[in-house]
Amino acid sequence: MSEIPTLLDWTGNLWQGLGLTVLLTTLGALLMLLLSVVLGLASRSHRTWLRGGARVVIEFFRGTSLLVQLWWLFYALPLLGIRFDPLLVGVVALGLNYGAYGSEVVRGSLNAVPATQWEAATALSFSPWQRLRRVVWPQAVVLMIPPFNNLLIQLLKSTPLVFSISLLDLTAMGEAFRNAGGETLAIYGVLLAIYLALAYAMTFCLNVLEAAVKARLGRGDGWREALWVRPGAASTPGAEVTV
Amino acid sequence: MLWDWEYALESLPVLLTAFVQFTLVATVLGTLLAAALGLVFAIIRQLRIPVLAPLITVFIEIVRSTPLLIQLFILFYVLPGFGVTLAPLTAGVIGLGVHYACYYTDVYRAGIDAVPTAQWEAAAALSLHPRYTWFDIVLPQAMRNVLPSLGNYAIAMFKETPYLALITVTELVRSARTIGGDTLDYLEPLTLAGLIFLAASYPTALALRRLERRLQTA
Repeated sequence: MSEIPTLLDWTGNLWQGLGLTVLLTTLGALLMLLLSVVLGLASRSHRTWLRGGARVVIEFFRGTSLLVQLWWLFYALPLLGIRFDPLLVGVVALGLNYGAYGSEVVRGSLNAVPATQWEAATALSFSPWQRLRRVVWPQAVVLMIPPFNNLLIQLLKSTPLVFSISLLDLTAMGEAFRNAGGETLAIYGVLLAIYLALAYAMTFCLNVLEAAVKARLGRGDGWREALWVRPGAASTPGAEVTV
Repeated sequence: MLWDWEYALESLPVLLTAFVQFTLVATVLGTLLAAALGLVFAIIRQLRIPVLAPLITVFIEIVRSTPLLIQLFILFYVLPGFGVTLAPLTAGVIGLGVHYACYYTDVYRAGIDAVPTAQWEAAAALSLHPRYTWFDIVLPQAMRNVLPSLGNYAIAMFKETPYLALITVTELVRSARTIGGDTLDYLEPLTLAGLIFLAASYPTALALRRLERRLQTA
């Protein structure tokens, strides 16, 4: 086993790592979306305890760094008697961290739907649920997609951190290759290319989704939008920033 | 009660030292590098310098779409193969700075675009040298537009400094893990590390929001 591995020897490992990275990203993204909607709606509630509670959770998970959360769940939580599987730790940390950022996207997008739309729905005596579900939400979703695209790419870009909690993702496989004495430039070049392809695939899917939800509202420039490289070309300066 | 106050108080000075010595230093230097490099990128793209401008555009897309951690590994593990060996902190600052410069470029572009065309035209009508047009007319106004966004990215960078832990920089979070590893009790140091981050980033974010509002109304 003292032989220096080549990239070809590592193909199987990289596929395996890719599988874990994709799984982690998908599960993390699902948890993130769920938390974004729940926290985003809660932070607009008129019940003080609900709004206050949501704000505390959001500010807490945005304000403490992702790696701290990851390591806290991995190293510190077992001392309190709760032990998660490393994969679950990764999913929970990514979901909580980016869910907190995502809730601000949900809240901001709902706020950005013109007040007249809310009023019109009320005037037509829609129930609060119908007003949200039938009138406001479909319009807010269009606004949410570009910032969510950015967040999802951020999430994907954060998944390499999980190699530090013993998960064998793409980056861990790259590290194993380096430790085995493999050519570092080659392996990191391959990793960059894979992550780039994943990020672009994500942007492509979300652009298709954006074109679809816009078409439902009778807006947008048609399906050609899907080929844009950047999420939401019309994003305002700093709109994607997640502080 | 599992929480040990004595142990927590004991580890606090070590954590704060690591925080100031590495986390803050990396954030400040990284932000300065990103702000300067981002401005250079933005100006090159604005002037549409042939070859250079499209190259920078491609570079920015690649850097923005790939993990910071891999970029740090490249600086830290690949460059020595080419005879360039960087100290961990140096590699970290360069990694953070270049990564965020790619975000800053867009912020500057938006800020420059937001300067009214009439300002450019007035400068041209007065036949000002391009250097004065840029540095005395356009950029000061653009800076005002972009200040809140630059600040937001600085906070985002601050929260990504723990990445440096993985290229052996003993910043806050790595020190917390080391302390925990020595005593096999991770709870206090890692919790404190999180709280230190929160205590530093939350007030800064609030102050920035206030600044943003003030610049808007003025």
